[in-house]
Amino acid sequence: MLEIKEIWKTFNPGTVNEKQALRGVSLTLADGDFVTVIGGNGAGKSTMLNAVAGTWTVDAGAISIGGTDVTRLPEFKRAAFIGRVFQDPMLGTAPSMQIIENLALAARRGQRRGLGWGVAKAEKSGYQEMLRKLDLGLEDRLTSKVGLLSGGQRQALTLLMASLRKPRLLLLDEHTAALDPKTAEKVLDLSDRIVEESHLTTMMVTHNMKDAIAHGNRLIMMYDGRIVVDVSGEEKKKLTVPQLLELFGKASGSDEADDKLLLS
Amino acid sequence: MLNFINALPGAVSQGLIWGIMATGVYITYQLLDIADLSVDGSFCTGASVFVVLFTGGANVWLSMLLALLAGMLAGLVTGILHTFCGIPAILSGILTQLGLYSVNLAIMDMKSTAAISITNSETLDQLLVSLRFVQDVAKGERPIFRHPIFVAGLFTAALIAVMYWFFGTELGAALRATGSNPNMARAQGINTDFTKVLGLMLSNGIVALSGALLAQYNSASEINMGRGAIVIGLAAVIIGQVLFGRIFRNFALKLLAVSFGAIIYYIVIQAVLSMGLNPNYLKLLSAAVVAVFLSVPYWKGRYVPGKVRTGGAGHA
Repeated sequence: MLEIKEIWKTFNPGTVNEKQALRGVSLTLADGDFVTVIGGNGAGKSTMLNAVAGTWTVDAGAISIGGTDVTRLPEFKRAAFIGRVFQDPMLGTAPSMQIIENLALAARRGQRRGLGWGVAKAEKSGYQEMLRKLDLGLEDRLTSKVGLLSGGQRQALTLLMASLRKPRLLLLDEHTAALDPKTAEKVLDLSDRIVEESHLTTMMVTHNMKDAIAHGNRLIMMYDGRIVVDVSGEEKKKLTVPQLLELFGKASGSDEADDKLLLS
Repeated sequence: MLNFINALPGAVSQGLIWGIMATGVYITYQLLDIADLSVDGSFCTGASVFVVLFTGGANVWLSMLLALLAGMLAGLVTGILHTFCGIPAILSGILTQLGLYSVNLAIMDMKSTAAISITNSETLDQLLVSLRFVQDVAKGERPIFRHPIFVAGLFTAALIAVMYWFFGTELGAALRATGSNPNMARAQGINTDFTKVLGLMLSNGIVALSGALLAQYNSASEINMGRGAIVIGLAAVIIGQVLFGRIFRNFALKLLAVSFGAIIYYIVIQAVLSMGLNPNYLKLLSAAVVAVFLSVPYWKGRYVPGKVRTGGAGHA
């Protein structure tokens, strides 16, 4: 479903702030794969997701989604294939617009936007039903401005929006990192449910090793702009946090794993 | 005082015409979150194009339409400078505005004014609005529906209706989403460069249309007539918001508040003038009014503690 071939990205080249963020990353995801991505700060996790989403274009390498080469496609065109939830709850929704307007915008992802109504009357009941399933009391607040919602409510709404039109790829970029533990768990459960129900190919970046192990069928670890660990299947299921740390130590050739991962 | 009351219908008429301009500014400033300074130039572009075409014998409606298109073209230039060339929005607007100064002079055959001769009553009758009509209606020489307040009011109502419809469509919602959160808009597949250019074109088109109306009202286009238009537009938007923000929640009512804001602005200006202020100080007054209205929300947020809400259950 997703094929990343040898992508490279350097930020601020030729300046003191030069940063080689991706150094030849290759990754292939099968249809329905749910991969968790882990690594320290600056390892390149979010950068890899942004490369796929098209926030900027890569310096070298190729990316294709479901057989379509998207390497040179601008972000808004790739959106036809991709659903995204960001780390910052503010980023995923339009705060000055109503809940129902946000959902209707997402329902038209990848389609031509013309002079038909932005929100058709027939859409309302469907959205209400979806919101009811979230169990956050949003089903009766369709016309509330999204800016009035809490961070957790917004992330749940963004998840719903990302999956409203079934994407070929769902990108979750530390989407629970800004939430309190209880809310984070709720949003993670919801993510699992949505991924499972729609059988979505998913990449989830997380800082939390336990979450990385508990979710998905495959785990990759990044270090210094490269993928250094890649476990899946039975091996992934049996994985424990100490084992993960050991793997990291071996792969990165250092014993700074504890600090890098736990403190970040 | 009597002076002031006599001048009121004129002030309201002018306010309504400038209110149309302010509605255009609302699109960029409020919906797209861009302060577009090109309007200072495109206002005069609309006026000049209208006067030149109309005095050249073109139909009044055709002249208005072409004035609108000329304004949209100005918006297109600003939009391309901003999106395709990556120049910050404010600077793009300034560049367009500066360039338009020469363009506007060229439209008016390198003169700083272009007048419509209204001594000919046939020409005068064709105009949609004119300062003369204010007096004529008062004297009973013209029917009430020719009063500029009525005509400009109709224009405002039609404009609000069209905008209400457009911003409810998929395209209009995409434009609003771009202003509200460009990241989200792109993630939902919206070409934010396109929506920005479209918004700038619509805004400047409406501004030029308002310029064409004011040119009729004053029976002339003048190279400096748009100077400070952005400030007047912002004043109208902000006054409307401060005075009616709490009661006008619906989008159409918010647009109406902009028009009311412009009317109030012109009534205040008229009041100050009839108190004997030298008109040369008007620009300073406008700038001060907008500065104060923009500062108040900031100060409020900074120095006035918010109310503590007690009770009520929070959500996750």
